[in-house]
Amino acid sequence: MSVFSIGMNVNADRIEQQNVVSVALNVNGEKMERQIEPRLLLSDFLRDDLGLTGTHVGCEHGVCGACTILVNGESVRSCLMLAVQADGCEIKTVESLSSKDGSLNTIQQAFANNHALQCGFCTPGFLMSIESYMKNNSKQPSDEEIKECISGNLCRCTGYSNIISAIKEAYSSKNSQ
Amino acid sequence: MKPPKFSYHRPGNYAEALDLLDQYGEDAKIMSGGQSLIPILNMRLSTPKHIIDLSRIDDLKGIRQEGNMIVIGGMTRHVEVENSDLIKKKCPLLFEAIRWVGHTQIRNRGTVGGSIAHADPSAELPCVLTALRGEIVIVSKEEEITVSPEEFFLSFLLTSLEPDQLIKEVRFPIIHESCGYAFEEVARRHGDFALVEAAAVIDVDETGRISEALIALGGANAVPFIPEEVERFLIGKKPDETILKEAAVMQLDDLDPEGDIHGSGEYRRHLSGILLEKALCRAADRAMEGVEI
Amino acid sequence: MSKYVGQNVKRKEDYRLLTGTGIFVADIRLDNMAEAAILRSTYAHAKIKNIDISKAKEYEGVIDVVIASDLEGKVKPFTEFVEFTLPSNLEQEIKPTIKRNPEPMLAKDKVTFVGQAIAIVVANNRYLAEDAVALIKVEYEPLPVLTDPYEAKKEAAPVIHAELNNNIQSHFEVKVGNIESAFRQADYTIKTQLKTPRVSGNPLETRGVVAEYEERSSQLQVWSSTQVPYMVRSYISKLVNLVEDNIRVVAPDVGGGFGPKCAVYPEEIVIPYLAMKHKRPVKWIEDRLEHMQSTRHSRDQVHDVEVAFKSDGTILALKDHFLLDNGAHNSFALCCAYNSAAHLRGMYKIPNYNIVGEIVLTNKTPNVPYRGAGRPEAVFVMDRLIYMIADKLNVDPIEVSRKNFIQPEEMPYETDLFYRDGTHMVLENGDYPEGLKQALNIVGYEQFRQEQIEERTKGRYIGIGVSSYIEGTGIGPHEGAVVRVDSSGHILAYVGSSPHGQSHETTLSQICADEFGVSPDQVTVKAGDTSLLPYGVGTFASRGAVTAGSAVQVASKRLREKFLAIAGEMLEVAPNDLEMKEGKVYPKALPSKFVTLREIALAAKPGPRSKVPEGMEPGASVTHYFIPPSVTFSSGFHVAIVEVDKQTGFVTILKYVVIHDCGRVLNPMVVDGQIQGGVAQGIGGALYEEIIYDENGQLVTGTYMDYLIPTAMEVPVVEMGHQEFLSPRNPIGVKGVGEGGAICPPASIANAVCDAMKPLNIKINSVPISPNRLRDLIQLAEAQ
Ligand SMILES: Cc1cc2nc3c(=O)[nH]c(=O)nc-3n(C[C@H](O)[C@H](O)[C@H](O)COP(=O)(O)OP(=O)(O)OC[C@H]3O[C@@H](n4cnc5c(N)ncnc54)[C@H](O)[C@@H]3O)c2cc1C
Ligand code: FES
Ligand code: FES
Repeated sequence: MSVFSIGMNVNADRIEQQNVVSVALNVNGEKMERQIEPRLLLSDFLRDDLGLTGTHVGCEHGVCGACTILVNGESVRSCLMLAVQADGCEIKTVESLSSKDGSLNTIQQAFANNHALQCGFCTPGFLMSIESYMKNNSKQPSDEEIKECISGNLCRCTGYSNIISAIKEAYSSKNSQ
Repeated sequence: MKPPKFSYHRPGNYAEALDLLDQYGEDAKIMSGGQSLIPILNMRLSTPKHIIDLSRIDDLKGIRQEGNMIVIGGMTRHVEVENSDLIKKKCPLLFEAIRWVGHTQIRNRGTVGGSIAHADPSAELPCVLTALRGEIVIVSKEEEITVSPEEFFLSFLLTSLEPDQLIKEVRFPIIHESCGYAFEEVARRHGDFALVEAAAVIDVDETGRISEALIALGGANAVPFIPEEVERFLIGKKPDETILKEAAVMQLDDLDPEGDIHGSGEYRRHLSGILLEKALCRAADRAMEGVEI
Repeated sequence: MSKYVGQNVKRKEDYRLLTGTGIFVADIRLDNMAEAAILRSTYAHAKIKNIDISKAKEYEGVIDVVIASDLEGKVKPFTEFVEFTLPSNLEQEIKPTIKRNPEPMLAKDKVTFVGQAIAIVVANNRYLAEDAVALIKVEYEPLPVLTDPYEAKKEAAPVIHAELNNNIQSHFEVKVGNIESAFRQADYTIKTQLKTPRVSGNPLETRGVVAEYEERSSQLQVWSSTQVPYMVRSYISKLVNLVEDNIRVVAPDVGGGFGPKCAVYPEEIVIPYLAMKHKRPVKWIEDRLEHMQSTRHSRDQVHDVEVAFKSDGTILALKDHFLLDNGAHNSFALCCAYNSAAHLRGMYKIPNYNIVGEIVLTNKTPNVPYRGAGRPEAVFVMDRLIYMIADKLNVDPIEVSRKNFIQPEEMPYETDLFYRDGTHMVLENGDYPEGLKQALNIVGYEQFRQEQIEERTKGRYIGIGVSSYIEGTGIGPHEGAVVRVDSSGHILAYVGSSPHGQSHETTLSQICADEFGVSPDQVTVKAGDTSLLPYGVGTFASRGAVTAGSAVQVASKRLREKFLAIAGEMLEVAPNDLEMKEGKVYPKALPSKFVTLREIALAAKPGPRSKVPEGMEPGASVTHYFIPPSVTFSSGFHVAIVEVDKQTGFVTILKYVVIHDCGRVLNPMVVDGQIQGGVAQGIGGALYEEIIYDENGQLVTGTYMDYLIPTAMEVPVVEMGHQEFLSPRNPIGVKGVGEGGAICPPASIANAVCDAMKPLNIKINSVPISPNRLRDLIQLAEAQ
């Protein structure tokens, strides 16, 4: 009986003892395969196993949004996913946003222009939520839509207004390109 | 806040899943989107020995029409419901309700089967399913059965599911195009679980009298509640404001909401009346749109 | 010469934070690093009969399990924080009772609140450490639990700490004028109880500590998510008995503080100790559940207050007796409590004033100062009273405010109180009536009143609420800066304060850049590291810009003067005839004949090539410690317009306006950001946030599903206006701005809600105004 994971047939009895599984995935454009414990959270996998510490962990119960990343282009909470569930997936984290030469992308730049971050702890989560929103919605959103788009991310410092301005600016600069 | 140890199983098909459930049943937890289960694991409120991940079972995914039913596979994600034209057209009540489920990031992972199985009394999908008199298709190695929401939802986070069973699909009856519908909810903050929610469908005949009324309230009882007296009362009446107002509060005494820090039982009961009135009014307005009297 | 001060200079901090390359404590990874998890009390008050750690010790990957007895003789218990004890003249003036109430590192014989640390597991990683924590068995014998300060105060109440004799940990009284005779002259009096509940600052980054001990040089390196690295260093040194200079504490990127990270916590002492014990780096990152339970809470004051006034609205006297429920310990002396007493009268002239404060202990998490630190509580009392007085006299509350304002011509205004720093509390400047006028202009007050009447006839309830504050900011004792030019000509400014979102790297570089006539890009600011300067205080109490800013300004100015002197030697021109600009120094008359900062820095080195004038020390660096003469008083007005859904009790904020005076504005974008963020937290306190315990002392709001932090959907864009009264109390004229935004919203919103429901005459005496509570009040009023 195939119980789990690509190319690996393990019978159920052995599973009882085994506590390592393998995942093959693509992170920020790089293919990789790793052996991990099944209980490892995707957020910890990215941070601890891959050293991608830009993804932050603020609550580990799905509310704060600091750990938001893209899985197959969609925004998800990496604290509410097991790393093993990312098997076969394409993952994007905040580290993927700026270009190779280090220049900021449109939304990152808009954040800097609008003082949309203070301590910056929440910022990667916001950026990833907005990144996926902008990919899926080319039309300039209304204020209400913008608020809704970021309502799954908590920021304790900024009071959100500058994040909203940043999103507006990102849309206008995208549309004027 | 790290999950306890468990063995992880990812059956590639349906039969394997049922075998695994048969074998590990009591010690296992099914995982669909994990949006409710993983927080529970992270807080170690539950320590299952086995996790059976349904994400690779394609048979459990998808939205289709079967006769007068919209059938949604258990492993179908909320976002797919949100983006489905079929749902928008044939099941507009569900379409209206689904956006109230958490936030985008939650809906990108959370599933229809998971929502139903989790049976949170404030969750949107159980309320909609109950209002529409939908069905839940449950399978185990032994059998496949179809149950009504009333049979399925037993109490707060408690369902009739046995350890060896899983939700295969959820069936939402298609409402007639002439029906009006509305879903109303209030929550402390946007995206929070509802304090109370109301789902209503109303149809009117050519004379403008109500010919059908389907209603459910969520968050007002341990399980979604159908105010049957209200439904009966409305039949044959003209949906004017006074009637709907009267209807909305008729059965409040039958509600027994749990109080918590976000709202006392009494307050939730009070809200139930208000939201039901709003839902009825909006549904009736929509129903009357096509009627010329 | 200010070219950059006052400008919206873009933040230097942003690049790393936007690209995921910032380093927060949790991001630190060291070879062979172990991770800790902590067993915390599940009882609010209980004797510990036995702790069985045997199973945990045997668990795979576990390195150590320590309980209180393991620390004996190795780690001393906390003393109270001397940094917060009262200056002696204030002590003499108010003669307080303050009982020592130090907290154990780990609970030994008994636990006094849910979340108190009992045992620490060190393992190869956090997953294993948590597994082992679950294997520890504690046998408790429950004791009676106190969650109500009024109960805790009673003589018959069980005593939480036997050595204190009762649960009243502190007591003080402040008196101004003659309260009795003023009350006799009053036309009216109002007596009421007003309450600000317990809340949690909840920075988005939890606390965390990483420690590494290097045996070769006996160096202990500690990274902590703290607002006060110097204080952490000092307590590690004292309690673990180490040479202070062998300890380096670094606050790397810190994900918000707001007060809760302004204390030294047991973990900051014990984790370094464990790293030394095991000769292995140890990391502990608090999770959110731990944070809700064990990171210090705040506020939680109940005021029994009585106000005496004349029929024209003039307030004659105010009498207040308040309790601060501080949870199980208080290590901060009278900090928040005295702040409340000192600020309660706010902008108002109340010549007769008597306030008694008591800090009471209960079985809850201990409190710390949180953004506003005693002022939001005081403002809630005062500004609700203003509205109640207006109700009684049936006049617009604005009239009552105007009647009682301290007038601009009365500045500087002597309050007849001592401030917490032991100086006379004198408000240096400001124009309060004008500030209010400005705020009312922005909202269109008169028009609103018109609209309100019209809308009411349509059954729509909208209301307007005003609140005002003054705040002593920039408290001492000092903050230092080292400014130097390195051999490549780059300018460096090191400061002792430690930012966590306040943009110090940017604003301080603006100050420094202006002194040198360069761009802020040519200045690097470093902070949050005890190896930078011998002394430092920290970032809290709206003090960063005032204290560190002034230190940087003075040090920069002195270094500039020194550089001019050296350049004078190099160019053989009198320093007075020189100009410094864009990294060059040249004779005013002959700009082409210049020396660069780099060349001057090289000439500042000791040795035969030195050009340092005789009598001057060599070196391209100046250290200055700024010691503020007293605090500076910021002030502001908040106006909220709300709509109340009478049926459901939901409140929607339609408009929010802030006018504030923070003296010189260093960077408007940063200042506005601080205010908007503060208002968001204040809105949380007004409508959503409350830490709730049940009668057994169990924390009910232990997750982010229950403790409701406002999202973008709940926070409006604040409209702002500025007043700019430069403070004479520091060289740059600034006043602190960090906390102001958070001070007024509970009062302004409560006032607005009452104003909206005026036809029902609803009185809101506590926050948060949850829909359930408001609906209950509405129902009650309708029934009458
Ligand atoms: C911050 C946040 C906000 C949220 N807000 C809302 C909200 O407003 N409204 C709302 O409705 N939900 C909300 N949710 C919950 C979310 O919708 C969940 O995704 C959903 O309730 C469960 O779906 P899931 O697929 O994630 O289930 P899982 O977490 O995978 O499983 C939940 C439970 O159901 C069982 N289960 C799952 N699938 C099956 C199956 N096919 N057969 C039998 N048993 C099964 C599991 O064993 C488990 O016990 C929120 C969640 C979070 C984290
Ligand atoms: S850490 Fe994942 S949502 Fe908070
Ligand atoms: S910038 Fe600090 S939490 Fe958002």
